[in-house]
Amino acid sequence: MSTQTETTKPFSLVDIRGLRKRFGANEVLKGIDLQIGRREVVCIIGRSGSGKSTLLRCINGLESFNEGALSVDGLALRHGDARAMRDLRQNVGMIFQNFNLFPHLSAGQNVMLAPTLVKDTPRSEAGKRAQALLERVGLGDKFHSFPDQLSGGQQQRVAIARALAMDPAVLLCDEVTSALDPELVGEVLGVVEGLAAQGMTLVMVTHEMNFARKVSDRVVFMHHGKVHEMGSPEEIFGEPKTPELKQFLSGLHG
Amino acid sequence: MVDFSLWDIFRNLLLALRWTVGLSLIAFAGGSVVGMLLLVARIARLPGAVRGVALYVQLFQGIPLLMQLFLFYFGLALLGVETSALFAAALCLTLYASAYLTEIWRGCINAIPKGQWEASASLAMNLREQLQHVILPQAARIAVAPTVGFLVQVIKGTALASVIGFVEVTKAGQMISNATFQPFLAYGCVALLYFALCFPLSLWSRRLERRLQPKH
Repeated sequence: MSTQTETTKPFSLVDIRGLRKRFGANEVLKGIDLQIGRREVVCIIGRSGSGKSTLLRCINGLESFNEGALSVDGLALRHGDARAMRDLRQNVGMIFQNFNLFPHLSAGQNVMLAPTLVKDTPRSEAGKRAQALLERVGLGDKFHSFPDQLSGGQQQRVAIARALAMDPAVLLCDEVTSALDPELVGEVLGVVEGLAAQGMTLVMVTHEMNFARKVSDRVVFMHHGKVHEMGSPEEIFGEPKTPELKQFLSGLHG
Repeated sequence: MVDFSLWDIFRNLLLALRWTVGLSLIAFAGGSVVGMLLLVARIARLPGAVRGVALYVQLFQGIPLLMQLFLFYFGLALLGVETSALFAAALCLTLYASAYLTEIWRGCINAIPKGQWEASASLAMNLREQLQHVILPQAARIAVAPTVGFLVQVIKGTALASVIGFVEVTKAGQMISNATFQPFLAYGCVALLYFALCFPLSLWSRRLERRLQPKH
């Protein structure tokens, strides 16, 4: 596949070409090509160790890559260039499996911190916006609560508000419900679904197949560090083509 | 022979105690600044900093403070640097304290979960913002106890400066002992003064630790 032709197509918000990543001798990403359009919701599925989380973490530079090119909204990802990384990361929000809220700050301060530092938003304005965002995720009364006073589901919703506070063009979700008790999964997925409905571009690594089927525009099945199969949820879940995907899907229920 | 009253002994020791406190403060303040700079250089992975700082730490931790004092005091003179006992002791204790503090604080920063770095990085914060607003406030809480514990070590370590002729409380005690022929009394008073200095610090560290716990 030729990857040197055009660096960005105007319609792809996230543009990944020929991405390769090695941990020592172990190649975990073996040439990924993936273009994600604005307002698109993409779910990445696959076995653990298939490279899906690594791919996601490459998009905002938490992992470096060895070969290939990656750009978000026309900005190329350049490791070692602090200025370029800062610009790119303002466009890319991320939500983690373990929430990673700042435990020494209240929910509201968690949401306000990055805008006041990175975007120089005045504190009063950032505070109002934080309150509005917390209301949007159903936690309007928790502004002054500290993370350890919140349930896992509430913490994850604060983390979503915190990511949204930077007005990202795309939101990365890395197994955002895997650390939650089953009864708390719904409230988080509900918020994510709401974001999808409001037109947020989402790239999600998930084990929630029903959710993937319901909200995604496109599903990517990764296998051994490659995009093995890709298509609409109907195609991927309804008529899987490759034996690996069939096996993966049947293994989920058996 | 002049008679020394207990008050005379105590008064002279108290006057000398100022130098113990002064030297401790210089060493601690200087050591904190140098230690923090070394720590940041190491975290920012400036070229050569990781190895350089590790070597620096090993060097100062692997040589007895007494030898460091001798080497500084006589070494500087050998190099033709006009030096006083205070200057040599202050410089030496500063470097010694910096080597320990940078290592203590590095441990505290390493204790902060990686997710805190990742979350703040993905919010586009730069290294300074990450340290100042996310990592250091959390690390400070666990750093209090070992840091104050080390400050107590520094205070006691200043006693060694007496060997290069610096008159702090230990040296003063020695002089009084020589003059009064009452070593137990003189050194007993010195020991009491050290305890009076160090014990409140330990108490304070415990209170500070409790105060830095998140309060709701």
